[in-house]
Amino acid sequence: MEVTTKSMPYEAWKDNEYIESLVKELQDSGANIVVGSLDKLINWGRSNSIWPLTFATSCCGIEFVSLGAARYDMARFGWEVARASPRQADFIMVAGTIVHRMAPVLRRLYDQLAEPKYVIACGACAVSGGPFKKSYHVVMGVDQIIPVDVYLPGCPPRPEAMIYAIMQLSRKIKVERFFGGVNRQEKQQEFLASHPIEGVND
Amino acid sequence: MFDFSLLTNWIHSALSSFMPQWLTVTTECVLIGVVLLLTYSVLALFYIWFERKVCAAFQCRLGPNRVGPMGLLQSVADMFKILIKELISLNHTDKFLFALAPYLVILASMLAFAVLPWGNGLQIIDFNIGIFFLIAVSSIGVLGILLAGWSSNNKFTLIGALRSGAQMVSYELSIGLSVLTMVCFAGTMSVGGIVEQQKDLWFIFSGHIPAIIAFIIYLIAGTAETNRGPFDLPEAESELTAGYHTEYSGIHFGFFYLAEYLNLFIVSGVATLLFFGGWMPLHFPGWDTFNMIMDYIPSVVWFIAKAIAISFIIIWFKWTFPRLRIDQMLALEWKYLLPINLFNLVLMVLIVVYGIHF
Amino acid sequence: MAEIQETIARLFPEATFEEGDILTVGIDDAKWHALARTLRDDEALGFDYLITIVGMDWVEKMGCVYYLQNTRTQARIAVKVATADRENPMLHSVFDLWAIAGIYEREVYDFFGIIFIGNPDMRRLFLSIDWKGYPLRKDYDANPELNPASTDNERQSDFTDTYVEESDGKIVKKEERVFEPDDFVVNIGPQHPATHGVLRFRTAVDGETIKKIDVYMGYIHRGVEKICESLTYPQTLHFMDRLDYFSAHPYHHCLCMTIEKAAGIEISRRAQVIRVLMDELSRIASHCLFIGTFCMDLGATTMLFYTLRVREQILDIMEKTCGARMTFNYECIGGVMQDLAPDFVKDVKALLAVLPANLKEYDKIFTGNVITRNRMEGVGMLSHDDAISWSVTGPSGRASGWACDIRKTNPYSIYSELDFEEVVRHEGDSMARFKVRMDEIVQSAKIIEQLIDNIPDGEYCVKVPKVLKLPVGHWFQTVEGCRGTFGVYLESDGTTNPFRLKLVPPSLTAAAVVDHITRGKKIADLITIGGSLDYIVPDMDR
Repeated sequence: MEVTTKSMPYEAWKDNEYIESLVKELQDSGANIVVGSLDKLINWGRSNSIWPLTFATSCCGIEFVSLGAARYDMARFGWEVARASPRQADFIMVAGTIVHRMAPVLRRLYDQLAEPKYVIACGACAVSGGPFKKSYHVVMGVDQIIPVDVYLPGCPPRPEAMIYAIMQLSRKIKVERFFGGVNRQEKQQEFLASHPIEGVND
Repeated sequence: MFDFSLLTNWIHSALSSFMPQWLTVTTECVLIGVVLLLTYSVLALFYIWFERKVCAAFQCRLGPNRVGPMGLLQSVADMFKILIKELISLNHTDKFLFALAPYLVILASMLAFAVLPWGNGLQIIDFNIGIFFLIAVSSIGVLGILLAGWSSNNKFTLIGALRSGAQMVSYELSIGLSVLTMVCFAGTMSVGGIVEQQKDLWFIFSGHIPAIIAFIIYLIAGTAETNRGPFDLPEAESELTAGYHTEYSGIHFGFFYLAEYLNLFIVSGVATLLFFGGWMPLHFPGWDTFNMIMDYIPSVVWFIAKAIAISFIIIWFKWTFPRLRIDQMLALEWKYLLPINLFNLVLMVLIVVYGIHF
Repeated sequence: MAEIQETIARLFPEATFEEGDILTVGIDDAKWHALARTLRDDEALGFDYLITIVGMDWVEKMGCVYYLQNTRTQARIAVKVATADRENPMLHSVFDLWAIAGIYEREVYDFFGIIFIGNPDMRRLFLSIDWKGYPLRKDYDANPELNPASTDNERQSDFTDTYVEESDGKIVKKEERVFEPDDFVVNIGPQHPATHGVLRFRTAVDGETIKKIDVYMGYIHRGVEKICESLTYPQTLHFMDRLDYFSAHPYHHCLCMTIEKAAGIEISRRAQVIRVLMDELSRIASHCLFIGTFCMDLGATTMLFYTLRVREQILDIMEKTCGARMTFNYECIGGVMQDLAPDFVKDVKALLAVLPANLKEYDKIFTGNVITRNRMEGVGMLSHDDAISWSVTGPSGRASGWACDIRKTNPYSIYSELDFEEVVRHEGDSMARFKVRMDEIVQSAKIIEQLIDNIPDGEYCVKVPKVLKLPVGHWFQTVEGCRGTFGVYLESDGTTNPFRLKLVPPSLTAAAVVDHITRGKKIADLITIGGSLDYIVPDMDR
């Protein structure tokens, strides 16, 4: 099964092995025809309607603004409905450095997102701490706080790279399963179980 | 011009030929309900796509173009996504009212659909106080918004809801008065009657100055009534994140989202009805050939096209003007629109009494 | 300079003097407040503008260096105040003389643990209240286990500490409430669309009217100053791109000039011209983005897309020469990294050709609009004296009638040879702040026009040793960034890395003044005022 998006040939993707492993996982777990085609419909909807949360801490956020502007125009893909409320957004583009003081806020935002939710670690700081590796106050990669779906390097990444990253996310959503929730759902639960926080159920 | 009442009458007689009276009525109600829901969702999806395309055009962008031809399926994909998104239940909230609010909002806009003149003979109910009914049901929406803001137990939503309450209560007045001006001109409150009166000339032409003033006020008040820019204070993104629906997710949010666009359609639809002849084609007295050609365009197309054209103007507002501040917005209503409106009403009465209209 | 020294020496015989690029006065803490009052109020001295307070840890002593400026004569002076007590260092606050000192002293307290007697608000500024240690002290324990990254909600307190000196000289700690007990406090930020990043306002409101704002910073505090202490001089440069990412070029320029001044490096005329060209281009790009985001805050989203059009064009020019869209890392010690791209001149001329038409369009769509005027005129009044007292520099300060353009007052590089006007308006409201920036675009274009045809030949970078050692001493340099005065304080102990590198961001003061000018205004005005002050959060947090 070749997972790709419109106007992007399958060979042009950089990391098809990863997606193929996900596809294999999906096929191995098996599904009947009715559920399978329903899944297809749902995934078509989900993968084509990825609404970002308005979230930016630094430089990458400005490139994200450029992404919305006329030259790169993310509206073409239907990503321009940036919601300011996390309840209504589908993914967080963690655009910028996350510091210790911001970490609880980011985690809270993530918890406030409605399922299904995704995270793109955008920029060197969010991936690993980047140029601030030696800092006393920077979180070395947001994957210490929230589960990350797509890593996007760059300082800041160019808008083209951001388009590629969101398209990758869209591809990942296509190999998900709504019923049974294999693939990332389980991994997400595992992650959250291993990173508990206090006071969520207050 | 094709009269849709032929079709509806045929269905009625066909049904009643083999069914008892009560079953016929029930079946018809169900049929109407299904058709209404379908129109409702199709229109809403179209409007979402339309706004995104128009907004993109104003901003020198392309807008959605990947999902389906010209991005037409984009809003369908969005709907699928919203339908199956998680409904978050909050602690420390009034769960019943929290869940009720979006339904109230959507109910208000759905009820208003009942009296819109969709086409020649295509109207669900045409009763003698149709306009009154329209104004009455459109006020239910604010209740839903107030409930949503209050029951979310969130300071932002509360401020958004109170803003919305103040705004809607104020602008309802302007809407009511400008509608009253036109009712006064038409001499009837029945929707069918108003449309019929514009057979020769639309009210915006025959009522000249007061009708144009009433139209402008209606358009401003209607924009405020639908909470759209520059009056989008209840959901002002840069001030209150998402305003009264900040805490709503999934399909509940979807309802607010759809209702916003449908209210836009209803406001434009009512403007069409009052000023641009409802489903009536463009007729000018004396231009017989022109009138005949116009008659070839179906009445449904006329109504929807006119409504969309007016919506386009309202969308244009949103993507051009900055937002007003709450005190400025209320001052605009109470200090300017209301006196002008009252004066305009008197002017209209004089024009009707002395017969100085076309 | 000599007269100032004489005056001070006459009034305060115990003061010590140290010549450098700026006259530095050393004084005891006991006399410091009296000296500060004299410096500000004396007719001949009149140092009414507090540029910054540099917290210092000289290992054997701790203290502060205060940088002051006279806004009429543009004379500068530095005052060094130190205490030998490392356990419980205390200095006297000058909060009552310069309003901005309140925030500056909180910053010093946060980084060095120096307590200021008389400051009404001695809370940490950037770090959370549970943070252990004071990170910029030389003996700070950087063990990550002491301060782990936690996802538990941050503890917060409604109380603040203040230290008061009683008549018998005893210092008493007092606890005070930040808000009234029955205030309706709305939390705006850190994740909020209108705070331009991750700034947090705890806002006490009465209906829609704002009673008080408590600003919380540090949600993007990255500790740049501390990291720089462990890097060599060329390595510290690249952080300048990531502070105020719109004025990457001026910031780079500033640090380069400081290091060059310290090392005694003369750079070529060509490099000077290229640097100024880049500064002014980034000023245009930055102001364009300001107009766009400000309009978006007011609800006019479409304007953003029109202004981004010009910005993209400038970014193209930058990209061809510097190779990046935002983080250029272009200026280096001794000049610039690479020579200009071959079609630089052509591209810049194309930009200058379209700029006037674009500005006219912005005016037509936005400035003349009646809603815009109602939203902006008379909103967020900042008087001339308040602007100086709060050190609000840059376009925001100039909108209040304070001629504070460093390019004119303390010219650097080749600015003294250029013909341009300093845009000053006197209304002091949000509209003035907006219009100053619109007019500054025109002035920047004028500067570029003068230079673009006369870029001299020569080398773009002089030879500089790979490992740079600076002599012992300290240097201070300011430039006009896109948002106001950006300063660098550099202290060297003779090694390859800075002993202390203090950055003076203009955004910090802009955010600090928000509380002062929003009181009694509507919530919607907070957005207008915040937008018009145009602060960049990573810049203030560093």
